[in-house]
Amino acid sequence: MTTREYMLGNVAIARGLLEGGVQVAAGYPGTPSSEIIDTLAARQDRDYYIEWSVNEKVAMEVAVGAAWAGVRSVVTMKHVGLNVAADPFMTLAYAGTKGGLIAIVADDPSCHSSQNEQDTRRYAQFALVPCFDPSTPQEAKDMIPYAFEFSEKFEIPVIFRPTTRISHGKSDIELGEIPTDKPAPHFEKLLDRWVMLPKNARPRHTHLLSIQQPMEDALAESPWNSLELKPDAKLGVIGAGIASVYAKEALEELGLEASFLKIGTYPVPKKLILELLETVNVVLIFEELEPIVEEQVKLIAQEAGLPVSILGKAGGFVPREGELDISVFLEALKKAFDLDVEPEKGSILLELAPRPPALCAGCSHRATFYSMKKVFGNDAVYPSDIGCYTLGIQSGTVETTLCMGSSISIASGLYHAGEKRPICCSIGDSTFFHTGMNSLLNAVFNKANITVTILDNRITAMTGHQPNPGVGFTVTGEPTVEVSLAELCRAMGAGSVTVVDPYKLEETQEAFKAAKEFEGTAVVIAKQPCVISGKRAGIRRVPYIVDPEKCEGCKQCVKFGCPAIEFDEENKRAVITALCSGCGVCAQICKFEAIREVKR
Amino acid sequence: MSERTGVKKIDLLITGVGGQGAILASDIIGKAAVVSGIPIRAAETHGMAQRGGSVVNHIRLGSDLGSMIPKKGADIMLALEPMEAVRYLDFLKDGGVIIVNTQTVIPVTVTSGMAKYPDVQEILDTLSEKYIVKAFNADELAYEAGSRLAMNVAMVGAVSGYLPIPKEALLESVKALVPQKTIEINFRAFEMGRRKVEES
Repeated sequence: MTTREYMLGNVAIARGLLEGGVQVAAGYPGTPSSEIIDTLAARQDRDYYIEWSVNEKVAMEVAVGAAWAGVRSVVTMKHVGLNVAADPFMTLAYAGTKGGLIAIVADDPSCHSSQNEQDTRRYAQFALVPCFDPSTPQEAKDMIPYAFEFSEKFEIPVIFRPTTRISHGKSDIELGEIPTDKPAPHFEKLLDRWVMLPKNARPRHTHLLSIQQPMEDALAESPWNSLELKPDAKLGVIGAGIASVYAKEALEELGLEASFLKIGTYPVPKKLILELLETVNVVLIFEELEPIVEEQVKLIAQEAGLPVSILGKAGGFVPREGELDISVFLEALKKAFDLDVEPEKGSILLELAPRPPALCAGCSHRATFYSMKKVFGNDAVYPSDIGCYTLGIQSGTVETTLCMGSSISIASGLYHAGEKRPICCSIGDSTFFHTGMNSLLNAVFNKANITVTILDNRITAMTGHQPNPGVGFTVTGEPTVEVSLAELCRAMGAGSVTVVDPYKLEETQEAFKAAKEFEGTAVVIAKQPCVISGKRAGIRRVPYIVDPEKCEGCKQCVKFGCPAIEFDEENKRAVITALCSGCGVCAQICKFEAIREVKR
Repeated sequence: MSERTGVKKIDLLITGVGGQGAILASDIIGKAAVVSGIPIRAAETHGMAQRGGSVVNHIRLGSDLGSMIPKKGADIMLALEPMEAVRYLDFLKDGGVIIVNTQTVIPVTVTSGMAKYPDVQEILDTLSEKYIVKAFNADELAYEAGSRLAMNVAMVGAVSGYLPIPKEALLESVKALVPQKTIEINFRAFEMGRRKVEES
């Protein structure tokens, strides 16, 4: 009897890690990867170690330590996290592993929740490590135990690359067994492997190159690649990862006779590609983002002297940006073969109001931004960072967002470039611990005259409320040291450090005024728990209402932008809805004392 | 289509606003489908878009390929908010069914005066020209059932008659997924939603 469960892709991946006998799991939260660690941490009877690390580089190194002790380890992150972890990863490819090591790096085609849509398969190519590219959540789960075995067989780290639609897709999943026997850790002192001195690195590079062909041969035999040759078909379609299911569905729908190669691993299965190329005249390659398969297919065709025409990103048949779907495949077929495919546009013309995501009702970031803007005004520069507070772009206090931790260093660069306006940057608590600390240290060291605002909402909110070193508990809820942001900033040499409650506007604005006047790097820490995690932790506040007798309809509270405040156009009065979480900031903004707590 | 069980394929789109419980609604259907032996694929909006933004979930019953419904592929749309019904119409088949909650959720772009919310009756009239529309205020229905928070379950009840899933399996799934003390309210909301569409 089989057991099937309805699961999120990331939950299925976590299940795959259990079935693969994972012993150490580390990661840094990042959409769409976060639920993997969340799921493993929530499980009862854990026989593995798990942590949220402070950043991806650190997480990677924790996983490396475990793998070098001979146990199976995993590190999870989003695609841009691998940029942070690239330093250990590139050399790890040389050193290799003992225990299996999987780097799960979740890509986000279409930038659903990301600042770019880089393709992690390029990193695999760059580092000369294998990459697994699942096409469904079920395959994602099933690939993981295989990936562990593969990693151990070739003593090499592997990349596992789900995309948003795998990680945040759901499906019925057939479960497998979870092993109970796990090896005892033992660090073997193989210094020529683990100490990457030049004299050791050179032969390891040669070794890495020497295993490329055996790895490719092994992967070609794996169940993750499959070739269906249709006799007489002159058209071949190659689909990679999730794009392969879109292509397959479209071909079935059209009833088109085409040979089909599904690719799920890199280096690509050359043998299968050759077999396909020998039987068809035209190949259409369907893959998300970079033309990685496409480039390889062209090389293979050229080397073999096969006159097949190869269509894909080149020629503009398949877009190189954004995510793909069935409609895009049909569009590509249409372009390539002048097929008569039904147009899919034009439904109903009604002008809609945009509905962008916004900071929650009562979010402390909105309050901090309000005070910041009051003090620094329009004649100031506001570098910011990555987190919920990036949504503060609507408050006019987010003017740069590049990558994690960059707000403070960009502020420094602006200052040293000679920018004369005051510079006030903002960064969240988790982002500060991630890579903002280095930037603050650098700002202090090099005497940047800037204000650094740490938006300390006591959690990593955007990605689903994961703990960080400032909150006092670990991923499993175990109490740990609660690192003081203020002490940390002082220890790094910041001359002025003030902690404020952003719900208190006067106090916060005083702190900003002092920071603005301060010569040197000043830090303002706006400390107030995230409204969502605060509510879960039992924080209850009395909600507010507008007294219609006192309200003058001046809209000052409405302009604050809180989703709980609406304007009754008929009566020209502000209204506070049931969304109110009781932060009380609007009551301080109101000049007519028209906003007060609901009487109990 | 490749079907494991020979079940009729149904593509369902659930649209709404982050925080309305669109994910719970799809989970109720998804879990019930698995219990009923129906292959299912679904795609959800997580992360950034959850903060009061527009959300869309794809649910494909009887499918074992991808989770994304092609343009003009959805048989049914369950819209938890009227404007969000219009936003994703590209995915609905001509002549498809739209079950829509008429209760509006006004976005910040409208409260701040940057944009205008279209007239709800105009939305419904326009939708009716091309699609089969079942419209009612599911928030009020849920309130009658005992809590406005049960709106999403009332909407699952409303679509239940169109799904190849036994009602009992859906109710089991509601029981498993809503907070213990709200089960009765949610059962009531489900039934009221179901009746609303049956009667129309």
